[in-house]
This record gives sequence, C-alpha cells and structure tokens, in this order.
Amino acid sequence: MSNENQQLDNAVNKLNIVPGTRHFFWVLFKSTFLISAFTVGGGMVIIPLLKKKYVDEYGWIDDKDTLDITAIAQSLPGVMAVNASIMLGYKMAGFMGTLVTILATILPPLITITIIAFFYDLFAHNYYVQMLLKGMQCGATAVIIDVGLNLVYKLFKKKLLLPILIAIGTFIASLCFNVNPMYCVLVDAIIGLMLLRDPKYN
Amino acid sequence: MNILLLLYWEFCKIGLFCVGGGYASLPWIQAAVVDNYHWITMTEFIDIFTISQMTPGPIGINAATFVGTKIAGTPGAVVATLGFVTPSLILCLLITYLMKKYGELSAIKGTLNGLRPAVVALICTAGLSFIWLSVWNTESVPTNFADFDIKGIIILLIAMIAVKKKVSVITLLFGSGIAGLVLGLLM
Repeated sequence: MSNENQQLDNAVNKLNIVPGTRHFFWVLFKSTFLISAFTVGGGMVIIPLLKKKYVDEYGWIDDKDTLDITAIAQSLPGVMAVNASIMLGYKMAGFMGTLVTILATILPPLITITIIAFFYDLFAHNYYVQMLLKGMQCGATAVIIDVGLNLVYKLFKKKLLLPILIAIGTFIASLCFNVNPMYCVLVDAIIGLMLLRDPKYN
Repeated sequence: MNILLLLYWEFCKIGLFCVGGGYASLPWIQAAVVDNYHWITMTEFIDIFTISQMTPGPIGINAATFVGTKIAGTPGAVVATLGFVTPSLILCLLITYLMKKYGELSAIKGTLNGLRPAVVALICTAGLSFIWLSVWNTESVPTNFADFDIKGIIILLIAMIAVKKKVSVITLLFGSGIAGLVLGLLM
C-alpha cells in the first residue's frame, strides 16, 4: 500500500474526524489551545507536541508537511510557534483553519500573562506552582524524545547519505557550537538548493 | 495618536523585525518598549523574561500582553498581541500561496529537501536540552551527572512509558503536571 493511502487509512481508522467539518474545527481548537496552554518552552518544543497530535493521533497532515512548515516558520520573522500554527492550520483546513489555530495558540499566553501580571510574586516564588510546571516540563520532554527518535529513525531508514549528513552536521552545530537555528536553516537551505534537487530526495 | 493604535502599530513593527525567534527577539522588544517609549522599566522587562521561562507562550506574545495590560488594560493586551502577530499572518499566508504556485519547481523542492533533515536535528537538540532541564535542572550540558533530580527522572520515565502506550498528548502533559505536584508534596 502506498504511503499516502496508509495515512488516509490511519486517519479514518484512528478517530474519523474529517477536516473541514464543524466538529473538526472544535477538536482542532481544543487540542491546539490545550497544547499551547500546557507547553512551557520555545517553538521547537511545541512543534513535536503539535506533530504528535495532528500527525500521529489524528492523521490530518503528514510528517513531510510538518517538517517543511517548521523550517519555513523558523526562517520567517515573528514567533516560530505562531508562524507554524498559521501554516499548519492553512494546510489542514484553509483560512478558517488558520484562524482557529492562531487564536488557539495566542489565547493561552494572553490569558495567563494577563492574570500573572497581577500576581507575579505569588506565582514566581510558589513551590507548588514550580512543581506543577516541572512535572509538565518532564511530560513534554518525553514527547519530544519520542517524536525526535521517530523522525531520526525514518531519516536513516531512507539510507540517503546527504540528508543524514545534514542532520548530523546541524545537530553538532546547534548543540556543540550554539549556532543560531536560523543560520543552520539558511545554510541547509543552500545545500539543499545546490545538491538535493534529484527527485530521489523528495 | 490614539494609544491603542500606537500599541498596535509598534507591536506590528516588533513582530516584523524580530527575526531569529526566541531570545534573538529580546533586543528588538527592549528597544521599543523600554528604551524608546518607556512603557515599562528594565526591571519589569526582566520580569517578563523570567515569567516567559516558566509559563506557556513565546516571549514576544508575553511581552506584548504584559506591556499592553500595563498601558491600556485588557484592550491594550489584545491590541498589542494582535499587532504582534499581524506581520506573521500576512507573511505566512503569502508564503503558503507562493509555495502552492511554485512548490513544484525543483529549486524549491531541493531547498526543502535540505531543510527537512535540519528540522529533525533541531528537534533533537531541543529534546536533549529538555532532558538536561528535566533531570539535571540545568539548561546546558550538566557539569556533574551524579547531581540529578530524582523527581524529574521518575516523571520522565513514567511519561515515556505513557507515550509508548499511546496516551494522548494533552492527558500526558496534564498528568505529568499533577505527578510533579504530588511528588513535590511527598518528597
């Protein structure tokens, strides 16, 4: 069975929520809102969680779209999580999808900060609040590890040397040399433009 | 000029110019809201940074909300946040349109082929720094690996089993938060 068929099958088998329906928009809003509300950390943290939900749990889009959108979101001005949610929403359900995902992404911080602005001291030095946040952070870590390993496994399974080298090089650059992700993305885009035009890399 | 319009416009500009994401956007925000308009003090700005470290949401959105609230209450918060995301919205939709139109060109496809492995690597880097944070409470490579946080390890292991058992992401995040609270009370 082809990959796309499998994904469609997965989508139907999994939860049977068809993009574009009213129920779909509600589920999309609810899940994006909750993930945005429970995720502490930058864009590269929220993306694996959204990916887990949209791709693995609901099958609304695939790995490739998610990775493309993440790369573009990283390179554009503005906040990466917002950029990604705008494009993911559009990919799944057009302009309405965008409206739903962008609202669901910005409402939780908007509400949280409005409240916290009044209770900052109480919040920042409370032991139980810190433990709650610490727990959620560990949960997010587990999801990122899972999504990361899964993507690495798929990358190596394709057995194409150049993409694997790009991944290893980028990993070392960002981890050991703290290179800004935007420069990594820029360099890898140029490498891709020059060396990866062959359809076998698509 | 009407203060709400000014907030909208200023945060539009911040949204447009904060390239690089995350901490790279801090100087831009500071230049506008602290140095130029004196909407908030430097101390408050550092507070926003601290809050952003421990609450959901990107620092840009948090800063927009905080400054907006301070200058013009809740309407200010809404207007500033909307201003901040307006450039993103326009640029992202424009790019999506261009991708639809020119996405089949081999140059675009090649570029994306180079970007996909890069994103995989960046997600792995984020994962690793989150492991340091969860288990060793430090943002970079731990200097002393024996100095770990037992609560962090317990929750992380349970969460990893839950991921393997296909527990939904939201249940998982919520459950881990509760687990952190319970362990904090017990230990």
